[in-house]
Amino acid sequence: LAAERSNVLGAVSMEKPTAFSDASTYNNFYEFGLDKDEPAREAQRLRTRPWTVQVDGECLKPQTFGIEDLLKLAPMEERIYRLRCVEGWSMVIPWIGYSLSALLKKVEPTGKAKFVEFTTLADREQMPGLRSGVLDWPYREGLRLDEALHPLTLLSFGMYGELLPKQNGAPLRLVVPWKYGFKSAKSLVRIRLTERQPATSWNTSAPREYGFFSNVNPQVNHPRWSQASERRIGEDGLFSKRRPTLMFNGYAEQVGQLYTGLDLKRWF
Amino acid sequence: MWLVTAAFTHRLGANPAEALIRGLGDWTIRGLVLTLAITPLRVQFHQPALLRFRRLLGVWTFVYATLHLLAYAWLDMGLDLLDIVGDIAKRPFILVGMLSFGLLLPLAATSFNAAVRRLGGKRWQTLHRVVYLIPFAACLHFWWMRAGKQNFADPFFYSALFALALGWRVWRRFKKRPG
Repeated sequence: LAAERSNVLGAVSMEKPTAFSDASTYNNFYEFGLDKDEPAREAQRLRTRPWTVQVDGECLKPQTFGIEDLLKLAPMEERIYRLRCVEGWSMVIPWIGYSLSALLKKVEPTGKAKFVEFTTLADREQMPGLRSGVLDWPYREGLRLDEALHPLTLLSFGMYGELLPKQNGAPLRLVVPWKYGFKSAKSLVRIRLTERQPATSWNTSAPREYGFFSNVNPQVNHPRWSQASERRIGEDGLFSKRRPTLMFNGYAEQVGQLYTGLDLKRWF
Repeated sequence: MWLVTAAFTHRLGANPAEALIRGLGDWTIRGLVLTLAITPLRVQFHQPALLRFRRLLGVWTFVYATLHLLAYAWLDMGLDLLDIVGDIAKRPFILVGMLSFGLLLPLAATSFNAAVRRLGGKRWQTLHRVVYLIPFAACLHFWWMRAGKQNFADPFFYSALFALALGWRVWRRFKKRPG
């Protein structure tokens, strides 16, 4: 998948990318099983063509895009983002895609649009994990409209120079690098502009543990563990030290202004 | 031992520290299940010879528990005592894990023949009844750890085995009572 280096500020980390073999075998994708190694095996049955994404809600031009159209909608950029999982581990991943704002502008959001809701595929036939009642399927995520329009918010189609592996959210996924990984919903089928804050899967399942914002924040701990540090996957083997977690996962300079005046302890 | 070699030869996947800590925890709870299963199996299937494995299994349970605790303290906490104390205060499931280990300690410390002699059989046996408490702490530790993913299949499996092993003892006691 051809792509140019991104010019977006903060979009190209100089850190050493995580090995592809780690990034494609250590995955949380509950639709394909709860263990980290299950998606790499079970997701292979996912059919990624044909694929459509319905974009609707508070906009003037709601439409359904085919995956082929989406691949051509805007120039592909390579972005090297840190990914921080809420569980306390992190990776550095070279994604390919373009800013979500390019797609949202096509449907012309109305003045009423304040939030964006993302819905991912939930097909019992292709996804064995749906039999477990861990979450209320389909998996749903959400962003405030200004977060969704931020240039760092990526609609990704590939990683490491290739199309996305199925376990990493093929054929297209969201990547929001300053939020915990679960906000970056995989295998999207619907993007809806809304007036009210949408219900999200993890927030519905455990509101005390997972807030709507879920910005990476070393000062706000998960109720059951500390978020002050993280383990970088693949770094120096078994005895590597955990590294300190950075505010907004190190993207404070780019996204900090989105949250001025917001009490991040309350709106975690 | 496979776990430890695998950890050093990069066969534990992307997060070897986590895999090692969890793997050692799995073997600890398996050891505990087997130790507590000896008496029911021995009596129910009339296999008195099984008794000689009980202490060995108990000691192995303790060895795995120690490695599990060490791996956590070293790989997750960098052997920083303050961090560990902070973590115990922060995460109840760590506290319960520590409690399980604390309960194992006196049993392991008195598992030598000399200790049995010094305590006297009766007192030794009373002390070692503490083992019946450990499954409760160990299972709580395991359930709580999995609460994030609500992935309870494994803790349920081991809890069921413990319930069988302990339930059998309760059943025996009631059965023995005269009408």
